[in-house]
Amino acid sequence: MRRMQALRLRTLELAVLLVLLTSVKVPAADRNPFSGDPKAAKAGEFEFRINCAFCHGLGARGAGRGPDLTHAQKRHGSSDADLFQNISSGIPGTAMPANGTNGQGVGMTDEEIWQIITYLRSIEVKAPSQPIGNAIHGKQLFYGDANCSLCHMVEGKGGRVGPELTGVGTARTVEALIESARNPSQKLAWGLTEPTKEFAQEYETVTVVMPDGRQIKGVALNEDNFSLQVMDTNEKIHLLEKDKVSSIKKSRESLMPVYDNTLLSDEDLRDIIAYLQSVGSK
Amino acid sequence: MTRVKHCALVLIVVIAAVGSYGQVAFERIVNAAKEPQNWLTYSGDYAGRHFSPLDQINTTNARSLVAKWVYQTAATGKFETTPLVVDGILYATGQDDRAFALDARTGRPIWLYQRQLPYDIRPCCGRVNRGLAILGDKVFMATLDAHVIALDAKTGNLIWDISAVDYKNGYSFTLAPLAVKNFIVVGISGGEYGIRGFIDAYDADTGKRKWRFYTVPGPGEPGHDSWEGESWKIGGAPAWITGVYDPATNQLFWPTGNPSPSNRGEGRAGDNLYSNTLLALDADAGKLNWHFQFTKHDEHDWDATQVPIMIDSGGKHLIAQANRNGFFYVVDRTNGKLLSANSYAKTTWSGGKDAEGRPVANKESSPTPEGRTVCPGAIGSTNWMSPTFDSQTGLFYVTAREECDIFSTAPQPYEAGHAYYGSAYFPSDKAEPYWGALRALDPTDGQLKWEFRHISPTYSGVLSTAGGLLFTGDAEGNFIALDAASGKPLWHFQMGGAVYASPMAFAVDGKEYVAIAAGSSLYTFGLP
Repeated sequence: MRRMQALRLRTLELAVLLVLLTSVKVPAADRNPFSGDPKAAKAGEFEFRINCAFCHGLGARGAGRGPDLTHAQKRHGSSDADLFQNISSGIPGTAMPANGTNGQGVGMTDEEIWQIITYLRSIEVKAPSQPIGNAIHGKQLFYGDANCSLCHMVEGKGGRVGPELTGVGTARTVEALIESARNPSQKLAWGLTEPTKEFAQEYETVTVVMPDGRQIKGVALNEDNFSLQVMDTNEKIHLLEKDKVSSIKKSRESLMPVYDNTLLSDEDLRDIIAYLQSVGSK
Repeated sequence: MTRVKHCALVLIVVIAAVGSYGQVAFERIVNAAKEPQNWLTYSGDYAGRHFSPLDQINTTNARSLVAKWVYQTAATGKFETTPLVVDGILYATGQDDRAFALDARTGRPIWLYQRQLPYDIRPCCGRVNRGLAILGDKVFMATLDAHVIALDAKTGNLIWDISAVDYKNGYSFTLAPLAVKNFIVVGISGGEYGIRGFIDAYDADTGKRKWRFYTVPGPGEPGHDSWEGESWKIGGAPAWITGVYDPATNQLFWPTGNPSPSNRGEGRAGDNLYSNTLLALDADAGKLNWHFQFTKHDEHDWDATQVPIMIDSGGKHLIAQANRNGFFYVVDRTNGKLLSANSYAKTTWSGGKDAEGRPVANKESSPTPEGRTVCPGAIGSTNWMSPTFDSQTGLFYVTAREECDIFSTAPQPYEAGHAYYGSAYFPSDKAEPYWGALRALDPTDGQLKWEFRHISPTYSGVLSTAGGLLFTGDAEGNFIALDAASGKPLWHFQMGGAVYASPMAFAVDGKEYVAIAAGSSLYTFGLP
């Protein structure tokens, strides 16, 4: 009798389990339910505009703060699951916040996140079959005649005064990279707002005069109301208390020289960009 | 017989003493200035002054301030609380709707309450909470899933829990409730979801709703005709910052937020009452006595959800607000008439005023699908962080931000529980990098007296104290003491996390402390 009861119970449990298994939909975070759906892509374009474009720019082409997202190859993962994870939870160590925590927008539903991913897929640009230039020559220029590596580091080699450029080839559009070389002061890294305050470096040029008349010129690594950390052109870090210096002058004129056509031809610049792209897509 | 009588008397005295210990009667909050060691309500007093009468820490010794204790919530997200302190116990809230009570001398916990929030809440702008109200032996929290709850002040046990409205339609609470008489007043959040805003009062003992004031009038009510067609149903006008209370007239003065959708006026023609409005409500009945609308038919998200401060000056009963739209408004609180409205930060959205003196929007600043650069920017000239009024200096202090952004429209259909702000913001290439300031203003007309410049805008509020000091925090994590008369910084401490909160002061065992939330921690400072 007891045994029968136990068996019946077990059967009942199994039935309940089966019903549960068939009726409960576990939200899948690894597969896009709207894949290729143009209506979802349209909805995603709208969601992107109100939630993402502040940093990533209209059309996801990258803005001062957020990278270009039209490359099929993305630095922090290119699969649907990667994108979903990055939008939902943010990317630790970067300015990318978790969904609903950026202080400006409303949290998105899973459905809306998938719509954004569908939109991003619809505007992805396939890597051109031909590179934009000669990456081997670009590398030679980067570390040689163009003097880029005096200030910029790629894959652990180069200078420290300017931004590290290992990932920039995929994070920025070709147009943005050209503009950065031709007119470096046009867009310093954009002033960052609160959620990303820990990544505050804008590469502003700072000139500090010390009480003994000594002048320190470099880029601001960080700053608050009372202190300033500066790297000078010799890569020396100066840790300064503002009330102990004579003057501080900040400028939005970049320390980087203007690479016009006389300094760097269009062809050579394309070669350097090709090199950066080849590194960035590794 | 005599002995029995005596025992009974002793018992009554003991019961009365036990019953009243730690109890916060309404009269105590009315007379908050008489117990400067405590901080009994969100703004420190009913007038909204965010001022501490304590003066042990003052301009002569502020340089020697040291950290006393730190309490870590170990939670992520913005930590926006303003603690309460009653008789040596500090009560505060943290991210994700937790509440806690600490020994105010040491920071050691007494109890912790963690709300079990539904998985599908999606409150705008972070899972934040700004604090508690206390009344009798209970503390009160308004939650992200749109409930109002009462907790036992001694244990943190749940006493009652009522649902104000269905959170699934975009409603939530983020503010600290206001305890008045025997009831608890709260205002709803959700202006990004096409809600219909309201202010509620609940019986403190039972949680039974006493009244509701809809901030968007329904059919047949005055102001209903300020909305086009059916737009009132999803008109927004949330009320997400704690208002103030005037015991002399038994009135609540409560500000409201933006109409929905925020940047798109098309489809909601009219003034859109009572969005962006200061409401004077009869506290017992929740009935409107008068209203003053700061921004009519708003298209820039000029939420008026900044704490207004009641100030008596030159025989006049005033109420002043440094508004998100960049103007400082002084209103006669006896009748709601505007006395002055002058800008205290860079404003480009308004170039003129109406017959009453109210700034009105330029046509050229109306957002378009392509977008237009407007100052102030997406966050406004200030926001929810507390301002302060110091009767000793006679100055009004506010955290200001200088920021211009591109405002664009992004038309979207209304869908219950989904974002409905019809807006998108972008940084403007034409704009200067953002910066901020702590500004001292003349409270009668908003004229600038001095400013302390922040290198970037901060979300910290300001505390003034009878010690001649101001306290504020910055986006880089500094906690700063300044001379309230001159704005000169006297002391600072790097807390290691950005400030999204307003400081407050209290005293235990005759020692003054100043507290502020930064990062995920609550810091207190005092003299060595």
